[in-house]
Amino acid sequence: MNPNLYLWLIPLLPLTGAALNGFFGRRLSKTGVSAVALAFSGAAFLMALRVLLSLSSLTLPYVETGISWIRSGSFHVNFAYYLDQLSLVMLMVVTGVGFLIHIYSVGYMWEDDGFWRFFSYLNLFMFFMLTLILANNYLLMFIGWEGVGLASYLLIGFYFLKDSAAAAGKKAFITNRIGDFGFLIALFLIIQHFGTLDYQKVFAGVAQLPAETMSTGLLTAIGILLMVGACGKSAQIPLYVWLPDAMEGPTPVSALIHAATMVTAGVYIVARSHAIFDKAPTALLVVAVIGTLTAIFAATIGIAQTDIKKVLAYSTVSQLGYMFMACGVAAYSAGVFHLMTHAFFKGLLFLGSGSVIHALSGEQDMRQMGGLRKKIPWTFWTMTAGTVAIAGIPPFAGFWSKDEILWRAYSQGPSKIIWALGLLTAFITSFYMFRLLFMTFFGEYRGKLESGGQAAHGHDDHGHGSPGHGGIHESPMVVLVPLMILAVLSIGGGFINAPKFLEPVFKTQVLFLEDHAAGKTPATEESGDKGTETTLMIVSVGVALLGAGLAWVLYLKSPHLPGQIANSLGGLYRTVHNKYYVDQLYSFFLIAPLIAMSRKWLWKGIDQGLIDTVINDSAQGTSDLGGALKHMQSGNLRSYAAWLTLGAAVIVAYMVWLGVH
Amino acid sequence: MTAMLLAMASPVTDIGQRIPQYADYVRILPVLVLSIFGMLIMVLDPLIDEQIHSKVLGLIAFFGALASLAAVFYQSQYPGLAFWNMVRVDMFSTFFQVVILAIAVLTILTSFEYMDTQRIRAGEYYALILLGTAGMCLMSSAVELVLIFIALEISSIATYILAGFLRRDPRSSEASLKYFLLGSFATAFFLYGVALMFGATGSTSITEIATALSGSYVPSLAYIAVALMFVGLGFKLAAAPFHVWTPDVYEGAPAPVTGFMSTAPKAATFAVLLRVIFEAHVPGYFWLIWVAAVLSMTLGNLGALTQTSIKRMLAYSSIAHAGYMLVAFASAPAGGISAVMFYAASYAAMNVGAFAIISHLGGFGERFVSIEDYAGLARRAPFMAAMLTVFLLSLIGIPATGGFFAKFYVFSAALQANLVGLTILGVINSAIGAYYYLRVIVVMYMQEAKGDIPVTPLPIGVRAVLLITMLTTLYLGLVPGNVLTYTQSSAQNLVAPKSPGNGTIKVEIDFHLSQAKPKVELTAPASR
Repeated sequence: MNPNLYLWLIPLLPLTGAALNGFFGRRLSKTGVSAVALAFSGAAFLMALRVLLSLSSLTLPYVETGISWIRSGSFHVNFAYYLDQLSLVMLMVVTGVGFLIHIYSVGYMWEDDGFWRFFSYLNLFMFFMLTLILANNYLLMFIGWEGVGLASYLLIGFYFLKDSAAAAGKKAFITNRIGDFGFLIALFLIIQHFGTLDYQKVFAGVAQLPAETMSTGLLTAIGILLMVGACGKSAQIPLYVWLPDAMEGPTPVSALIHAATMVTAGVYIVARSHAIFDKAPTALLVVAVIGTLTAIFAATIGIAQTDIKKVLAYSTVSQLGYMFMACGVAAYSAGVFHLMTHAFFKGLLFLGSGSVIHALSGEQDMRQMGGLRKKIPWTFWTMTAGTVAIAGIPPFAGFWSKDEILWRAYSQGPSKIIWALGLLTAFITSFYMFRLLFMTFFGEYRGKLESGGQAAHGHDDHGHGSPGHGGIHESPMVVLVPLMILAVLSIGGGFINAPKFLEPVFKTQVLFLEDHAAGKTPATEESGDKGTETTLMIVSVGVALLGAGLAWVLYLKSPHLPGQIANSLGGLYRTVHNKYYVDQLYSFFLIAPLIAMSRKWLWKGIDQGLIDTVINDSAQGTSDLGGALKHMQSGNLRSYAAWLTLGAAVIVAYMVWLGVH
Repeated sequence: MTAMLLAMASPVTDIGQRIPQYADYVRILPVLVLSIFGMLIMVLDPLIDEQIHSKVLGLIAFFGALASLAAVFYQSQYPGLAFWNMVRVDMFSTFFQVVILAIAVLTILTSFEYMDTQRIRAGEYYALILLGTAGMCLMSSAVELVLIFIALEISSIATYILAGFLRRDPRSSEASLKYFLLGSFATAFFLYGVALMFGATGSTSITEIATALSGSYVPSLAYIAVALMFVGLGFKLAAAPFHVWTPDVYEGAPAPVTGFMSTAPKAATFAVLLRVIFEAHVPGYFWLIWVAAVLSMTLGNLGALTQTSIKRMLAYSSIAHAGYMLVAFASAPAGGISAVMFYAASYAAMNVGAFAIISHLGGFGERFVSIEDYAGLARRAPFMAAMLTVFLLSLIGIPATGGFFAKFYVFSAALQANLVGLTILGVINSAIGAYYYLRVIVVMYMQEAKGDIPVTPLPIGVRAVLLITMLTTLYLGLVPGNVLTYTQSSAQNLVAPKSPGNGTIKVEIDFHLSQAKPKVELTAPASR
């Protein structure tokens, strides 16, 4: 018998914090606000830790049936919570990294006017994210899914007085809505065919489907539509465009929501629905292709960015592509493993970049940095750990998960192209990350800040304009401690054997792998695989080192070279620098026509011409009718009695007629 | 000992020899509690010092209603028949009694402040609320037509007087008189219907009527009886075409009383109508209900469009809501009954809440009850405006409020019964309804205040009422599952055939079974 874990409390704790800060935060002191926010998110972390520690006495999956929510005919939805190895990994990542980022934010946001508002939103985000991962059915999950979108919107647009921030918030929200549209249709299909949204019941229903219907479109359609939703939330092609803009939000938000947790929700939902994908090879292929393309595409954009946060943003998109690539070759555990390590090192890198920006009083352009190694040593060393981790150099965390993905892509992927592109991405990743490190911390300082404190204030999202901020300075301990903890995790996190831990969740048979396995000769498989695995490992490490080396040559040894290369490449460089003009393309082919059409037809034509006319006329008519009916209400008692009698007479007459027949 | 006592209390076939037993009194305990507290208030009224008069009596009424509510919960453990099969305690009666008593508690809380602002002597006011509530509670548990009639009269007479409580206001006196005259007129129809039903079936017990009407031959007298009873009940429901009194009476009556009148007696009358239609299986009701539903929705919503007084507007809206509930009656029993029950509860929450705000804002003599007076309320009293907005949204039927699921279940019951036309008419009506509710919201949020209309801070009583009604509205809108499970099983309970032959035998057995385990609580008073 399982002990009661009180899972429902875990999301509820941050919600309480959000409510307290939201309603009373304005009146609380900053210490009070941070105490509330930290207490409730910390309590959620402790609850999660308690779950982890009682793991030995648990039989997973553990289900907590909550209260009944919707009942309509045979369709039931409950507020119920579900815990298996997958949600446990997510739970630890979200509460753990989330709590660290809460601590960091206390230092980072201290001088901001909207301090209480920020923490209220941040706690609210935690609530929705935890609902998302702990839900026992798709609908409750969808509440969390939409809720994190809302929290993300609020936090991207946190500096809503700034036009670009408000616009970025809207862009994120609307792009996500496109994805949600697909997601919703997937849910409707599930309801229609399985009559339930409970994970276990749906997957049991999927398992029972006879073999011949597998190839028919249902599961494929559900899978692809779920992937559309995941593309929105996890910023994959073609819906990735919102994520780089989302960097308008405060840096802790970028770290928590747009790197470590929320954007991985899409990966989570694909992994969660693996029972569906396993039986829909086409949908799985779509996932793999989208993931791989996004990975390489975003990585190339990352090369030519100069804004430190934008580099990290494109890197996030690219790494998310990696996770989808893993899911797409049915290596869900590898994908989730990478999700976890990525949360560590990307959270670290974002927080570190925040520390750098903080040190430079708001400067985000890497061309204005350089030589910061000595001035902010703690930030430098922790960020180095993060960079090495993401580049995939052993024994740092990123190496283990990335290697696992590449190996699985090679051994069980539908084509070796996926593996090859993945390897190329790994090379580019290593290159642009070391480029970032070298441009920021090595060489000569290129900025103007050293002498005075009057430099570019207000460019950064956290516009602390107090006079105390002169010169380059290391961040306070409250900022550095989370960095150090995350650095430790980035170094050692790879030794957590997540794939092994996750095995029970993903034990169902994968359709295309069966065919795959049938083609192999059992005798050579074992030894051959071992050998190949080692070779591949060496190759991927080599590629990572190569990328780092190239960055060293270009940005440290002969820093004049990048400019020359960019010049000689000309058009190509400009294309990459301008992110392949995707935003412009969208704007030209989708947004502008949509606006024109909306204006000309929907607004002027249908709305004003048709709907307004009909509504106004019918409203006028209804209103006239209402006026006419007023006469029924004479106020005269005798006429009232007469109405009553008339009604009674009609009814009795009808019933007499009915009774006689 | 207890088991034996209770066994003795069970209905005996030979009614003449049976004496009411302890268990009989347990099954009318809420009514007894209310009556005792009501009379207590009447007696204490002249004895209490004028200064604290209103407060003390109000508190007694409050605790009386709470005690009665506790009695309902206590009583619900002992389902069964009482007093020669005239009263039945079951899940159905418990649900309606809880709703009615909750409304009574909230009305009493709202009235604390109201009595002071209007400078009314509180004495009979609270007593009448308790006694009227007693009648309504009895209505929902009575299963015998004559007792239903008596209960109906108890509740009606109390509300006639309550409607006229603003003595200095001619509108209020007029409302009271109109309500009394027309109400008596309508009750006469009901009584005549009861008499004819007795003539047609030889009984006034609902179970026995069901047995009599279940045969292949249905006397035509029964049809006329149904028609006449429907007139009487339709009047109490404010269902068209018997609704004409509603706007005048609701407008004239004191605002807390209007909130009370538009919810509690209606819920009780719906309980009666459900019992008559679905438990007694009366014939030929379908088109009566259908037409009454369409007329009520349409006339109610159209009438509300052009109103300038918020009370009058909500009066029309209450006609429309009676129409929505009647839609469920026309649907198949099981789904329809539970939809009506759910609707009654959520309508009670949102309407009592809205009227609590209206009574508070009305001021002395209820001067500020026109919609214009609500202009700029969002600026002057943001909390109240937000609360009223939630209630109005719930009345429209916006998701996340109780009103949404209420309408949803009604219309889905109608669709399951294949009443597509009725559903379409209902949905169109909801759309029309949205207009006049939204108009109030627009006025509150988007218009500047005209003139100087005072807003006093909310007293604790009204605050409590708003909190409770708001939480209930949201609870029903977010987690309707629990309540719906309850209403569904009580609906199944209601329509289940009581027994094929003699109406009492099976119920008797049920009674013994349910009392099989002796309850300690019963022993002490019994041995006294």
